[in-house]
Amino acid sequence: MKVLLVAEYRDGQFLASTQELVGFAQQMGAESAMFAVGGGSALPAYDGTLYLADAAQYGEYNPDAHKQLLLSVIDQEKPDMVVFSHSSYGWDLAPRIAFSLGAAQISEVVEASDGALVVPVCNAKLRRQVQPSTSMCVVTLQAGAFTAAGDGTPAVKEISGDAGGAITFEGYEEAEAGGVDLSKSEVIVSAGRGIGKPENVAIIEELAQALGGDYGASRPVVDSEWVEHNRQVGTTGQTVSPKLYVACGISGAIQHLAGMKKSEFIVAVNTDKDAPIGEVADVLVVADLKQFIPALTEKIKAG
Amino acid sequence: MKILVCIKQVPDMESKFKVDGAGTWYDTGDLAWRMNEYDEYGVEQAVRLKEQVGEGDITVLCIGSDKVKETMKKALAMGCDRGLHVSDDDVSAREPLQIASVIAGFAKDKGFDVIFTGMQSQDRGSGQVGVLTAEILAMPSITTIVDFAYDGGTVTAKRELEGGIKAIVKVAVPALFTCQLGLNKPRYPTLPNIMKAKKKELLSVPVADLLEADARQQTVKLYFPEKKGGGLVLEGDAPDLAAQLVQILKEKTTVLS
Repeated sequence: MKVLLVAEYRDGQFLASTQELVGFAQQMGAESAMFAVGGGSALPAYDGTLYLADAAQYGEYNPDAHKQLLLSVIDQEKPDMVVFSHSSYGWDLAPRIAFSLGAAQISEVVEASDGALVVPVCNAKLRRQVQPSTSMCVVTLQAGAFTAAGDGTPAVKEISGDAGGAITFEGYEEAEAGGVDLSKSEVIVSAGRGIGKPENVAIIEELAQALGGDYGASRPVVDSEWVEHNRQVGTTGQTVSPKLYVACGISGAIQHLAGMKKSEFIVAVNTDKDAPIGEVADVLVVADLKQFIPALTEKIKAG
Repeated sequence: MKILVCIKQVPDMESKFKVDGAGTWYDTGDLAWRMNEYDEYGVEQAVRLKEQVGEGDITVLCIGSDKVKETMKKALAMGCDRGLHVSDDDVSAREPLQIASVIAGFAKDKGFDVIFTGMQSQDRGSGQVGVLTAEILAMPSITTIVDFAYDGGTVTAKRELEGGIKAIVKVAVPALFTCQLGLNKPRYPTLPNIMKAKKKELLSVPVADLLEADARQQTVKLYFPEKKGGGLVLEGDAPDLAAQLVQILKEKTTVLS
């Protein structure tokens, strides 16, 4: 089996997720090559061939140009599988490639063995094993699902093509500055959708105070504007690893788990015993947080 | 301005799911159904766009059995002008390319200026349908938008990237956009608008009239992930639970010492 890995490059750097693609190829025991629109001197740790188009010329985001460049490499390499990260770059480009190739695309793969690809369903409550019926297929890999690997320096083959495209990339807008740097907090108490209403943020904040920590939130709470964005934990917010993380009313979507699963000790408070947050929790308290959290705060204050 | 917004009806994600008899999807009985959350942002953006330009016609499209019409009525009450229901009792078995081919089959000769879809569905979550639809229609597509500004035939959108960074991109219409959570604040339909929605056009066409693609992938099985174990589950009264947890935190962590 032969796989073509599509590396990611942003703001002048290859992303760490690129090494997870290399780890996937190794786990599959597959022969591999790599493609990137990138540049700079810090290339991915990889000892195969890297087909490299210059990001200065083709842009870091230009789906039309990247599609044509990648298709030309696929035509040369004839891989069995084209592998992307399941990320803002990967889920954007992968379907364009799959469509051009007439290939099946399997999104957000979390496990792969003997041709059986497994993906999450319904917020990761369920798993689905999928079988492509086309000879070539396109996959995107869930962030963190495969162990990063790779060493050495790639043999670079420079490639070129048409730099045109219908979409113009104007630049990046940095994450909101200021606010709270949760990555330094030793204790974080986070509010999820299960808190029910904005007034209940107060009980989360009080527990965080009693524990000498900070409070955070999951994405739905931030989108509802109950808590400001600079306290969001997860893929599109902050990645944290405190000594204690208390997840209150958070179901445990992968985007949230990716931001907090490296915490030293995780307590989840949820009415649903089967919530995916239970998979990473050291202790799952099955309770109504509106009763339990104030009781806990009181107990801690009492010493 | 002609706008198409594509929505999906999905189960409430807090539901207790069961695997169906065939073992390839979840059992659709005993579930509460709602509009896919990502699509609500698409509906809202479509209505705002029409309000901004001062004229236009919004079609909402949904594929599924007759029960999806309930969800379509919400989109009509939010401000869509007409509904196109693609009648398909087997919708859960369709793979993303097939869904895209149905949407494109409908949209191809309608002259839509802007198409909105969710960036993914909450149940299947492939994140492919929007982009594939645009590819079939040979139309540019921009995914994962959290900001949308239309001005004289050009859209400036912000794509959400990892780590809270956004990419600012521009495209001329016609174009397709896939909507990320937080793009806007979807409105709640008002009672007068719910009444008005009942009189809006809601046509049904059989899926066979529009479906042009064969499946390129099959579901082998659907199953619950194995519990990784190790975690302690505590149940009981709040004060007892609090006492137990404090004891555990004292033993296992240093935060209470």
